[in-house]
Formats: sequence, structure tokens, C-alpha cells
Amino acid sequence: MKSIEELERIRKETLEKINLRKDRSGIRIAVGMATCGIAAGARPVMMAILDELSKRNVTDVIVTETGCIGMCKLEPIVDVYVPGQEKVTYVKVDEKKARQIVAEHVINGHPIREWTIENYE
Amino acid sequence: MKELALYILDLSQNSIRAGAKNIYIEINIDTSKDMLKVSIEDDGCGMSKELLKKVTDPFITTRKERKVGLGIPLFKELAQLCEGNFEIFSVEGKGTKIIGTFKLSSIDLVPIGDMASTIVSLILSAPDLDIVYKYSKDNYEFLFDTKELKKILKEVNINDIKVLSWIKEYVKENMKGDTEV
Repeated sequence: MKSIEELERIRKETLEKINLRKDRSGIRIAVGMATCGIAAGARPVMMAILDELSKRNVTDVIVTETGCIGMCKLEPIVDVYVPGQEKVTYVKVDEKKARQIVAEHVINGHPIREWTIENYE
Repeated sequence: MKELALYILDLSQNSIRAGAKNIYIEINIDTSKDMLKVSIEDDGCGMSKELLKKVTDPFITTRKERKVGLGIPLFKELAQLCEGNFEIFSVEGKGTKIIGTFKLSSIDLVPIGDMASTIVSLILSAPDLDIVYKYSKDNYEFLFDTKELKKILKEVNINDIKVLSWIKEYVKENMKGDTEV
């Protein structure tokens, strides 16, 4: 059973890591979470991103939500913001693609161009 | 949508966009009355009487990106399909409350689904929002409160990836055996 004591332990470990961390990556991943996004499967995509980051012990990336950008048929949509680079918008993302985006783009720094919005417009 | 948890996530996003600081989500199952009740209450900006009257109309939305808004209409439709009821209360400047009741044995009722993922998604969407989630089924009760967790976490953020992984498992374990309605 997950206990509150365990949360206390996670707090201590996280604090140590924050103190060790010299510079934050500044990378932000935003998942479209309006009705259209949710109905198309945005929640499992968000969970897959979180799980992949957690498994790889990446803790300096911010995962957040974004609204509807008026392209509901292309949901789930995921935006990746890397400081100093242009925003990359991935469309029709599923759990598998989400995990690959984390590995290839967020961690290794290579955007997966064939899944971006430019190929669908 | 395939889970009540997804409807709840969707309706809660309205609360976030309404600038809510607190949200109270409740799922209550009473098997003796063959009833399931979902309620979502926030302290966001609320709605005018005019908007409140029109809000279950799918062709009404406050969004500029598209002309339809399906969140509330879909939830209302599900409640009616499941021989239940839908109610919405809102006071401008105070907040909004949505209640849906469902006949538990209705074949059209979707499962509660993954509430753990819904709560984690909400925390990611709005880390400053305080969420109270109460799940009760007959004599069983589980209460989740982000304020309590924030007290323990102190200077560590609630949207830290390791913390969120713990929250997900914690909620999942406490919902166990009760996910299939």
C-alpha cells in the first residue's frame, strides 16, 4: 500500500535532487486538454509522457496542458518547447508516439518531423 | 466518452478556465438505491443567468477557436440516457456546481474508469488548484485532498514527476476493486 510516510521519503529525495541540480532544462511539454483532446485520448498520452520521464529519471521537464487550438480532428496534440528553439507541434499522438517523443526529442534533442502538424495541414 | 473519469476531467477543465482555486469532486455510489452520483463544485468565476440557461446547448461556448462546446451537453446526455438527472447551479463571482445522477444498473452507464489518471492530469493542468476528491461506495470512503499533501511536501512541488507517480498509485490503490461499476 502507498503510504503518506512514503510521500515524506519522496519529498526528501526530491529536495536532495533539487539542490544538486545546477541548471534546469527549461523544456516544457503541453498536451491539449479540451473536450476534443480528452475525447481523442489526451489523458493516456499525458500519462505516457509522465511515465516515460519518470522511468528515465528526468525530473527537470515541465508537463502541462494547453487548450483547444481549433484543430480538433488532429487531437491529441502535444507541443514541445525547448528553450532557444521553435515550438514543435505533434498531432494525432498516441501513447506509443508520446513515449518516442520523450526519448527522441525531449531527451536526445531530435524532433520527429514526420509526426508534426506541418505534415497534416 | 468511455469513462466517467474522462467526463470529470473535461468538466474540471471548465473550472480551471473559470479561474477556480478550489474544486470538490465527489463520486458516490449507493447500491441499495441503485444510484451513482457525480458532483463537481468550484469557486471559479461562475456564469451569468443568461449563460447558465444556454450552457447545455452544444452550440454555445466561450471559446473563440471553435463554435461548439460539448463538455456539459455530453455529461447531461449521459445522465438522461442512464435514467438519471442533471443539474447545474452557478452564481457569478462565486462558482459553479454540476450534479449528475445515474441509475447504477443502466446498460448505458460507462465505468468510473481511471480516476487516478484524471486527478494527476488535473494537477498537471493546474498545480495551484486545490483538489478535494471524495469517493464513497456504500460503507467505503476514500478522501483525497491536495492541501494535505502540500502540507507534507512543503517546498517540493506537487507537480514534481516523482510525486505525481506516487499520487497516481495512491489513488489507484484506494479505488481498487471499485473501478468496475
